[in-house]
Amino acid sequence: MALPPHASTGQRIWHRCFQAICALVFVFLLLPIVVVIPISVSSSSLLNYPLPGVSLKWFEVIFQPYPWMLALQNSVVIACATTVLATVLGTLAAYGLTSIEFRFKPLVMALLISPMMVPLVITALAAYFLFARMGLAGTFTGMILAHTVLAVPFVVITVTATLQGFDRNMVRAAQSLGAPPLRAFFKVTLPLIMPGVISGAIFAFVTSFDEVVVALFIASPAQFTLPRQLFSGLRDNLDPSIVAIATLLIVISVSLMAVVELLRWRSEKLARTEA
Amino acid sequence: MTIAPVADDALTGTTTLRLRLRRSERRRRLRAYALMAPLVLFLVAFFAVPIGSVLYFSVANPEVVTMLPRVTAALRDWDGETIPDEAVFAALIEDARVGYADRTLPKVSLRLNYEVSGFRSLLMRTGRKAKRMKPPYKEAALARDERWGELIYWRTLKGNGAPVTAHYLLQAVDLDLQWDGSVQRARPEQRIYIQNLLRTLWIAFVVTLACFLLGYPVAYMIANAPPRLAKVLILMVLLPFWTSLLVRTAAWVIVLQKAGIVNDALIGLGLVEEPLALIFNRTGVYISMTHILLPFMILPLYSVMKGIPPEHMRAAASLGAAPARAFLRVYFPQTLPGLAAGCLLVYVIALGFYITPALIGGGSDQMLAYLIAEFATNTANWGLAGALAIVLLACIAVLYPLYHRFAGAGGMKLG
Repeated sequence: MALPPHASTGQRIWHRCFQAICALVFVFLLLPIVVVIPISVSSSSLLNYPLPGVSLKWFEVIFQPYPWMLALQNSVVIACATTVLATVLGTLAAYGLTSIEFRFKPLVMALLISPMMVPLVITALAAYFLFARMGLAGTFTGMILAHTVLAVPFVVITVTATLQGFDRNMVRAAQSLGAPPLRAFFKVTLPLIMPGVISGAIFAFVTSFDEVVVALFIASPAQFTLPRQLFSGLRDNLDPSIVAIATLLIVISVSLMAVVELLRWRSEKLARTEA
Repeated sequence: MTIAPVADDALTGTTTLRLRLRRSERRRRLRAYALMAPLVLFLVAFFAVPIGSVLYFSVANPEVVTMLPRVTAALRDWDGETIPDEAVFAALIEDARVGYADRTLPKVSLRLNYEVSGFRSLLMRTGRKAKRMKPPYKEAALARDERWGELIYWRTLKGNGAPVTAHYLLQAVDLDLQWDGSVQRARPEQRIYIQNLLRTLWIAFVVTLACFLLGYPVAYMIANAPPRLAKVLILMVLLPFWTSLLVRTAAWVIVLQKAGIVNDALIGLGLVEEPLALIFNRTGVYISMTHILLPFMILPLYSVMKGIPPEHMRAAASLGAAPARAFLRVYFPQTLPGLAAGCLLVYVIALGFYITPALIGGGSDQMLAYLIAEFATNTANWGLAGALAIVLLACIAVLYPLYHRFAGAGGMKLG
């Protein structure tokens, strides 16, 4: 945002102030993330600056099988199963939802995205009540089902948004050329909406991978995920191995964000060239 | 000129075509419903029904009725003013004996202990001795434990004689349901729930205000920056947005601690002598919650501001408006939908916060969600956990239609 050349001194000062305020807010946004990463390679067990030396010993600690690698394994297993379940259910529902008009459509849509609106603690409480009676508390199945509930709205929203820009004449063309509906879906529709499906799947993965409230309610130590283990660590004693885990998680989320942004950038470019 | 009669086969031809069209249309609809069905059924089974069970648990009161059925029935005609007679005592001893034998007595004792502490030990002791007691039971029971001569225990039993109770819901708003069905304010030392609710509403309000003050200028800057810079700035907003909530909370613990970099910087600059207490108190909760929720304010604001043509401000300036006036009269009103959506979104999410206050706050900074979790998992008081969940849900149910109006369904921009 440039200032016009005829701006008065007062305006110039105000403009500088404004920029300084914004810069400070950006520092605020990034500071905690940036501060944490160097501490993970500190040779000291104190969590402050200046670092006395550089060492990878805390990463050695977290690459021990227990507790962190077990937690990572649990997280990956639960998040992958959640991703598959949520993506399949969500994509099918979004496809069905956008292909016809009916009276209760807003109601169905509200149900499909309601897990996103209800506070996590209430969803977790509800899952806890249900699973305690079904014998699913403290099981991987329970964790996966509860996480799928939380992840599904993200898939429904991203895939629905993609389908709204999708030209259904493509499917008609495929069918008029003799493709049965299933074949038309897999050969025409799915490849075209793939960026939306992948974004939805990544959102589903991240939802499960970062989730801790449900884990606090229904996971027993055998299912402790990374965030759940991190929660215990933060409660009990804060040592740099927690910071090393945090660094690892930051790297994972930055990579996933990069994939989603690339997909979005690509689809925006495609939309521009079509127009 | 005569009108040519329509050929029969042509007529049947259109009819079959129409039929076939209708049939294929019907098939298309059925297919669409079939595609939606798995997810709808899944969410009904694992989300809607469990949420319903939260409502059920907040009013359910099955323990006393099912586990002490005889004494419940015997107390039905009791006036509540004198110690009950021998028949009621006999029913009590029989219930206690049966409950002790089939191990339901600990459950119902715990349930009664929520209301009158000491009830658990009283009932369990009676259960242990019930087998050896002989009539007259009234004297026998009073001899074992004279607390059976106090009205409060009997009244509590009578007050729980129905399978449904408003007890928990009233307790969640600091009211106390009496044994005779009247409602009073809770005893002063038990009036913690309204205070907690107000604190929750207040923390969410402060955080929303902070997000507005910090987020508005930044959204404005990004919306008016050159495209390349704007892209970088948006990524800088999205980076914390994507970072795990727990990681950000952990990071704030490290940054704000006594020897953390904020205190180091403040001391280094000579602004303070002693390190400030920034963590395990309200300040830390405000700072970290604002940080976590700021992207939810910036993103909707940015998407609205991007749609406001810069010509509007120039037109206002060319018509003689001073910059502040042009901003307040022309620009700001156009950002109100985004502002409303952002504020409501931040407020609603903040209301349900649990993890961050639990890790960064002190005892007096805990929000409603913390109490819900405490009652559900630590003290196993499901009824009260359910009732508090309903209070939280009610707060959000009031705000969501407003958000829906400003942002539309699924209006939250993801990523």
